[in-house]
Amino acid sequence: MYTFSNKLKTFSFALMILGLLGVGYGFMTSHKSFEDVEAILAEEAHHGGGHGEEAAHAAVTENAHDTHATENAHAENSHGTETVAHVDEHKKHVEHVQHQIANRPWAALYVAAFFFMMIALGVLAFYAVQWASQSGWSPVLFRVMEGITAYLLPGALIVLAIAVASGTIGHYNIFVWMDPEVVAHDKLIQGKSGWLNTWGFAIRGLIFIGGWVLYRQFSRKFSIAQDNATDDKNFKKTFRISAAFLVFFLYTESMMSWDWIMSVDPHWFSTLFGWYVLAGMMVCGITVIAFISLYLKSKGYLELVNDSHLHDLAKFMFGFSIFWAYLWFSQFMLIWYANIPEEVTYFITRIEDYRLPFFGMLVLNLVFPFLVLMNSDYKRIPWFVVMAGIVILIGHYVDVFNMIMPATVGDRWFIGIPEISAVLLFAGLFIYVVFNALTKAPLLAKRNPFVKESEHFHY
Amino acid sequence: MEASKVIHAIYTDDDVLMNAVKAVKAERYHIEEIYTPFPVHGLDKAMGLAPTRIAIASFMYGCVGLAVATLMMNFIMIEDWPQNIGGKPSFSYIENMPAFVPIMFELTVFFAAHLMVITFYLRSRMWPFKKAENPDPRTTDDHFLMEIAVHGNEKELTTLLNTTGAVEVNIIDKEDEH
Repeated sequence: MYTFSNKLKTFSFALMILGLLGVGYGFMTSHKSFEDVEAILAEEAHHGGGHGEEAAHAAVTENAHDTHATENAHAENSHGTETVAHVDEHKKHVEHVQHQIANRPWAALYVAAFFFMMIALGVLAFYAVQWASQSGWSPVLFRVMEGITAYLLPGALIVLAIAVASGTIGHYNIFVWMDPEVVAHDKLIQGKSGWLNTWGFAIRGLIFIGGWVLYRQFSRKFSIAQDNATDDKNFKKTFRISAAFLVFFLYTESMMSWDWIMSVDPHWFSTLFGWYVLAGMMVCGITVIAFISLYLKSKGYLELVNDSHLHDLAKFMFGFSIFWAYLWFSQFMLIWYANIPEEVTYFITRIEDYRLPFFGMLVLNLVFPFLVLMNSDYKRIPWFVVMAGIVILIGHYVDVFNMIMPATVGDRWFIGIPEISAVLLFAGLFIYVVFNALTKAPLLAKRNPFVKESEHFHY
Repeated sequence: MEASKVIHAIYTDDDVLMNAVKAVKAERYHIEEIYTPFPVHGLDKAMGLAPTRIAIASFMYGCVGLAVATLMMNFIMIEDWPQNIGGKPSFSYIENMPAFVPIMFELTVFFAAHLMVITFYLRSRMWPFKKAENPDPRTTDDHFLMEIAVHGNEKELTTLLNTTGAVEVNIIDKEDEH
C-alpha cells in the first residue's frame, strides 16, 4: 500500500493556496471601469513599440482613434452625425477591450481546469484501451492509471461549473453564445441555438461526465474485486464495459470538444476538432502516467515496473505527439489551403496575435519530442523521459491556451499571474486527489490474468 | 591455399541452441556463424554481436530526403518560376510551406525507407543471382547449425559440442574460396 507522504501533501496544499491567492488577485484586478480602460489604451498608444506585438496592435487601433478624433474636430460643424458614429466606435472599442480584460481570469481558470481534466480523461481512455486490447505489458500500471482517473469527477465538474458560471455569475466571459444580447443580433448563432444553449450545454455536460465517471467507478471496483477473487469474472466484466465505454467515449469526447472548446468561437467549425483534442489529451495522459510511475518507483513502491514499461510509455508519448501534430497540420493546412473566409479567421487571429505560442507549441509538441524520443536507448532513461514529458505538458497547456484565449481575451493575452496561479491551483488539486486515490488500493493489480506477463515484460 | 577446418554442430531446437551458444562462449571459443530457419530471439545478444546501426543510417537518409524535397521545391516553385497559382503566396518558401509539407514528408519517408533497405542488401550481401551460402539445406527448414573454426583442438571441441545436445557434430574441410 502506498502512503501519501506528508511532504507531498503539504506541497499540494501550498500549490492550491498559492494558486487560489493568485486566481483571486486575477479576478480582483480584472474589473476595469470605462475610464480605466481608456487610460490603459492611451498609455499603450504612447508606449507603442516597447511592449511588443500586443501593445503595437493596441497602438495601431488607438492611432486610428486619434485620427478619428482629429477628423472629428474638423468635421464637427458640417457632419454632426458622422461624429456621433466615431464616438460610438470609440465607445465600442473601449467596451470591447474592457470585456476582454474582464474575461482574462475566467479564461485563465478555464484553460488550466480543462488542461488537468483532459489529463485524467486521456488516461481513462488509455486505460480502457489497455483493457479492451488485453495488453500484456500494462497491468502493473493499472493502479497508477486508476489513481490518475480519480481526478476526472472533480476535475470535469469544475470545468463544467466554470463554463456555466461564466455565463450565469460572470458576464458571459468565456462563451459569447450564452449572452442573449449577442445572440439577438447574430443570425449565425441563432441558427445554432438549438445546440448552443446554456441548458443543453449543462445537461449534455452532465451526461458526458456521468458516463465517464460511471465507467471509471465500475472498472475500478471490478479491478479491485479481482485482487481477491477466485475466478476471472471481474476481469471479463471490465473487458466488456471497457469496450462499451470506448464507443461511448468517442462520441462524447467529440461532442465535449465542440461544447467545451470549439463553441468559444461559435462562428467557426472544424470537423476533425474532436480528434485533435483527443490526440492532445492522450499524449498528456500518457506523459502523466510515466511521471507518476517514475515518481512512485523512485520511492520504492513500484519495483515491478522496469525500464521496458518506461520504454513503452515513451513510445506512446512519441507516437501520440506525432499523431497530434498530424491532426494539427491536417486542420491547419486544409483551412489555409482553401482559405475560405468564414473558416480562416480562426487561424488569422491566432497567427497575428499569438504568433509565438501558436508556432512555439509546434516546436514543443512535435519537433522536441520527435528528436528527443526517437532514439530507442533514450526512451529508457528516466530523466530523459521526464525532460521530454515536461516539454510536452507545457506544449499542450499552450495548445489549450491557443484554443481558448483568442476567443476570450483576443490580443490582450499574457501568461502572467492569473494563468500561472490557475495552473498551480489545479496542479495542487490534481496531486492531492491523485495521490490520495493511490493510497486507497494496493499498487499492484493481483490476479489479473495478464499481470504475470506484465511483471516479466521486457522489450 | 590451405584448407581450414570447421566444425558444424547441428541442433533441432532453438532453446538447446541458445544454451549451446552460452556454453561455447563460456569456453571462449569463437563462433564463426550460426544458421537458423527463423529469427531466434536473443541469439545476437548471446553471441555478443554488436547492435545494428541501420536505424541511424535510416535517420540520415531521411534528412537527405527532407533536404532534397526542400531544395527541389524551393528552386522550382519559388526561385525558378514563381507563378501565381490560385493565389498561393510564392514570394518565399516559408510562406507557401504548408502546401509543400506533404511532399517533404513523403520524400523523407521514401529516402529513409528505400535507402535503408538498399543499405541492408549491401551490408548483408544479398542480390538476385547470388549463390546461396548454405552449408546444409536443412537449416532452412527445421535444423540449427553452429559453425566453429578448428585450430588443432578438434577433440575438445567435439566433446564440448556433444555435451551441449547437438544431434550431429561434423568436421568439414572448408576450401578457402577467397
